[in-house]
Amino acid sequence: MGETKYTKDHEYIRVDGDVAIVGISDYAQSQLGDVVFVELPKLGKALSKGDEAAVVESVKAASEVYAPVSGEVTEINAALEGQPGAINEDPEGSGWFMKVKLSDPSELSGLMSEADYKAYLASIH
Amino acid sequence: MSEPQTDTTPLRRTPLHDRHVSLGARMVGFAGYDMPVQYKEGILAEHQWTRTHAGLFDVSHMGQCFLIGRDHETVARALETLIPADILDLKPGQQRYSQFLNTEGGVLDDIMVTRSADPDEDGTLMVVVNAGCKDADFAHLKAHLPSHIKLLIAEHRALLALQGPEAAMVLSRHCKGADEMAFMTGVSTLFDAIPVHISRSGYSGEDGYEISVRADKVAIINERLLAHAEVKPIGLGARDSLRLEAGLCLYGHELDVTTSPVEASIQWSIQKRRREEGGFPGFERISRELKEGPSRKRVGLLPEGRAPAREGTEITTEDGVKIGVVTSGGFGPTLNGPCAMGYVETQHAAIGTKVHLMVRGTAMPASIVAMPFVPHRFYRG
Repeated sequence: MGETKYTKDHEYIRVDGDVAIVGISDYAQSQLGDVVFVELPKLGKALSKGDEAAVVESVKAASEVYAPVSGEVTEINAALEGQPGAINEDPEGSGWFMKVKLSDPSELSGLMSEADYKAYLASIH
Repeated sequence: MSEPQTDTTPLRRTPLHDRHVSLGARMVGFAGYDMPVQYKEGILAEHQWTRTHAGLFDVSHMGQCFLIGRDHETVARALETLIPADILDLKPGQQRYSQFLNTEGGVLDDIMVTRSADPDEDGTLMVVVNAGCKDADFAHLKAHLPSHIKLLIAEHRALLALQGPEAAMVLSRHCKGADEMAFMTGVSTLFDAIPVHISRSGYSGEDGYEISVRADKVAIINERLLAHAEVKPIGLGARDSLRLEAGLCLYGHELDVTTSPVEASIQWSIQKRRREEGGFPGFERISRELKEGPSRKRVGLLPEGRAPAREGTEITTEDGVKIGVVTSGGFGPTLNGPCAMGYVETQHAAIGTKVHLMVRGTAMPASIVAMPFVPHRFYRG
């Protein structure tokens, strides 16, 4: 399992070979509050970096989750449908959103490391 | 992940602002005030707590004023020129829901009016209005009330709401007899030794109270209520999900200057004498709509799936013809599913009608249902 990288929009991506797990960061879930619904992409969907990949809804509002990299959706976390609260409880574990087969691994270099992301969070507060 | 836009206008603070922050609230701008949207436990837990125990809400941002006239009839008749409720008929201590209307019968604000229970205060009405409308409401009152009616804006009063099935038990420990008050009545009394005005009302669909008190005393009352194991502080997030499940209108969403009380399905708040006599702004339209039915109506909407339909979502027939729009929508924690309300053309407003909600370009099946989504549990004695 490779290192976890983050976007400025608070998605994370954890690369394992040419497949990456995508979700939202602990900071993102804490900002959203209780998640009550998730709309995940269709299997096989081709995403370009920055595309709207999923929608996550709290009691208050809906937020888009953007694709941190380009690639094809190879798996979605169907368990979230019945238990969207997993995104709050374990965002980087059981609260993952989807797996994406990378089409351009070089895009990863533009993302933040965990240390960089922590510094980024500190800078926006 | 997308983030909501933030407004940079300086926000006003209620007397409890710093206490909300110290309790770990997340503060947001609402109607010009920096208000707690939720505390540490979050909206779902706060909502459920209010439905099962007692939730304490700071609603000091709302506007409070007194109208004072020579006697009840004088002040009632003056206010009745601006609202469609029967105020003349109010008994001492009785409270009614009503609306300030414009000349076209559109709603300028929705309000609560209470006749003072104190015989020494005969001729006094207490009016509570929405925070976002209060400056305009007070200007409206100043412009339209006759000179023999005094308007006293209670800027130095705070307002708390204690809502939930355990509210009566808790408040009775401080205000003797609070548990015996009827729904929609108010009284000036003491909270321990502090003068307060309490009414048995609220906006959660639960039994409960609103407690009006001088701003410099509200912190004490807040702490004494929070000290009870039955009471937790509740933010605006749960206030909204509670009132949505209760099917209650929120100004700026279900109500605005274009909507009439009949369209909003709150014609129950226009009593018989007023329907017959009129004498309020927009009587012509409202009278016509009462007789012939309005062209659109506020309805409850229950999506079949799990996706919430938010404000602004288009409502269509099953054939895709647009018939209306969602005005409030989200997730009902007690309902454990999405619910919404909105306006549809009256010919499509019958309970049981199948409609589609256009959520992110996809037609989501939904039904028009009776409200409230969660039964009211007001204290009826």
